[in-house]
Amino acid sequence: MKRWILPTLCFLAFLALWEWLVRAGTWSRVLVPSPLDVGAYFVTAFREGTLWPAIYVTMKRLVLGYAVGLAAGLPLGLLNARFKVLEDTLGVVALGLQTLPSVCWAPLALLWFGQTETAMFFIVIMGSLWSVMLATDNGVRNVPPIYARAARTMGSRGLHTWLRVILPGSLPFVVSGMKQGWAFAWRSLMAAEIFIAIPTGSGLGTLLHYGRELNAMDQVIGIMLVIVIIGLLADKILFSPVERFLHRRWGTSK
Amino acid sequence: MTTIQDELQNLPPEKLVVEGVSKWFRTRRANVHALDNVSLNVKEGEFVCLVGASGCGKSTLLNIIAGLETPDRGQVLADGKLVTGPGRERMMMFQESALFPWLDVMGNLMFGLKLKPKLTRKERRRVAMFYLQLVGLEKFMDASIHELSGGMKQRVALARALAPNPRVLLMDEPFAALDALTREQLYGDIQEIWEKRRKTILFVTHNVREAACLGDRVVLFSPHPGQIKEEFSIDLPRPRDINSVELAKFSTSITRALKYHLRKSAGEVDE
Ligand SMILES: Nc1ncnc2c1ncn2[C@@H]1O[C@H](COP(=O)(O)OP(=O)(O)OP(=O)(O)O)[C@@H](O)[C@H]1O
Ligand SMILES: [Mg+2]
Repeated sequence: MKRWILPTLCFLAFLALWEWLVRAGTWSRVLVPSPLDVGAYFVTAFREGTLWPAIYVTMKRLVLGYAVGLAAGLPLGLLNARFKVLEDTLGVVALGLQTLPSVCWAPLALLWFGQTETAMFFIVIMGSLWSVMLATDNGVRNVPPIYARAARTMGSRGLHTWLRVILPGSLPFVVSGMKQGWAFAWRSLMAAEIFIAIPTGSGLGTLLHYGRELNAMDQVIGIMLVIVIIGLLADKILFSPVERFLHRRWGTSK
Repeated sequence: MTTIQDELQNLPPEKLVVEGVSKWFRTRRANVHALDNVSLNVKEGEFVCLVGASGCGKSTLLNIIAGLETPDRGQVLADGKLVTGPGRERMMMFQESALFPWLDVMGNLMFGLKLKPKLTRKERRRVAMFYLQLVGLEKFMDASIHELSGGMKQRVALARALAPNPRVLLMDEPFAALDALTREQLYGDIQEIWEKRRKTILFVTHNVREAACLGDRVVLFSPHPGQIKEEFSIDLPRPRDINSVELAKFSTSITRALKYHLRKSAGEVDE
């Protein structure tokens, strides 16, 4: 309980200071809105119903794209660790593409798919696929061979060994790769949404872009806040439980 | 009248036959001759101990018998059939415990049991509990592997190897990390399991006394290259007490032979 009190007080103090500085006229109110302005924006945005649809559109793109990235990245990583041919071909390509910020795919995606949801998905997938794949590959290579040997003496073979020994054995690496993939996907989606307008739906990035065009800094800051909160929630809900489990099992936490 | 053929057929089958096995490890640094023309027969239900200095190829031989490694020359037969890969009926207990860190203690025991067909979930759990109790760790069934001490890990590994009820147990220095008391208790347990279930056990150890206490036969290895040099039959009644005087006689003569072969392989003694 006590752990919550101090951070809450700090945040409140920060908001108060911010509000006071704005009221004291330190900056132009057009450039820096006060926390109350941002709060007012949220109230109207929710009442007019502009924020929820944007959150929905963005989350749908992110979750679906990420799911595809995972679904392809995990098996590709396993195969990459298993077959030398893949390691020398796809592995090198993946290593290269991982360094490419995935918003760089935007021009190509627009040419290929037009201003469609597919283009967005494509960018998100490119953001997560390679990190997940390379992390899985690396994780598999780091599983001590004795685990697979022990499993084989107990009658485990082929696919069973891969799914029940190699994959769980590489989990600490795979999960950190999944986390990185998530972060990359999130970043590239935001960049793409600011950069590309898609007629079928406006996400958070689009609202951010509109906020700038309308000089509505309360909206800009409000949307940024939403983006931060989504990132935090994803971390706490998706990854923290898994990481806690890993730390408990492997004994890596202090 | 029985012919010699009939007599041969009625002989108890050799459980394990190691025929002229040689193994080299080629690394960038060197070409290690790990095993040189090793032959060894183990009868059904026999308890054979392998002793020898570090690096003389004991683990390698066990791995080959388990089917985890292939010999460069020679072959291994189990129940008269050529060993080409690992099989459940030859369970290996590794020098390092090789427990799976992503599973808890119970999960580790269940791993091998789940791979055995024709067992219900309940039966599996019952078998797992039985062996956990045998090694005295039933309180730790939910524990993660990293929460166990080195000795406890070895006991879980022992339980995991025993649980699927293999006919042959290949044990690679399983008790090296244990304290003397636990070890003595496990000597009793392993002899009991061996006698009750008529298992065939191949047991690697550095501890000559341990070998004399457990084995029907003690096989001496010498290094560079790994060869079998001598065998001792231990015809003491069971269960044996590791601290008994009769046992001490055996272990003294085995130790003497071990030292002799070590000096010889180092070139200090003439043939
Ligand atoms: N995978 C490997 N690659 C290269 N050399 C190996 C490998 N495994 C074993 N060796 C070499 O083969 C020899 C025999 O090794 P082995 O592990 O069988 O010895 P050991 O008798 O079990 O020793 P210890 O009692 O210390 O466990 C050693 O010289 C070792 O260096
Ligand atoms: Mg060894």
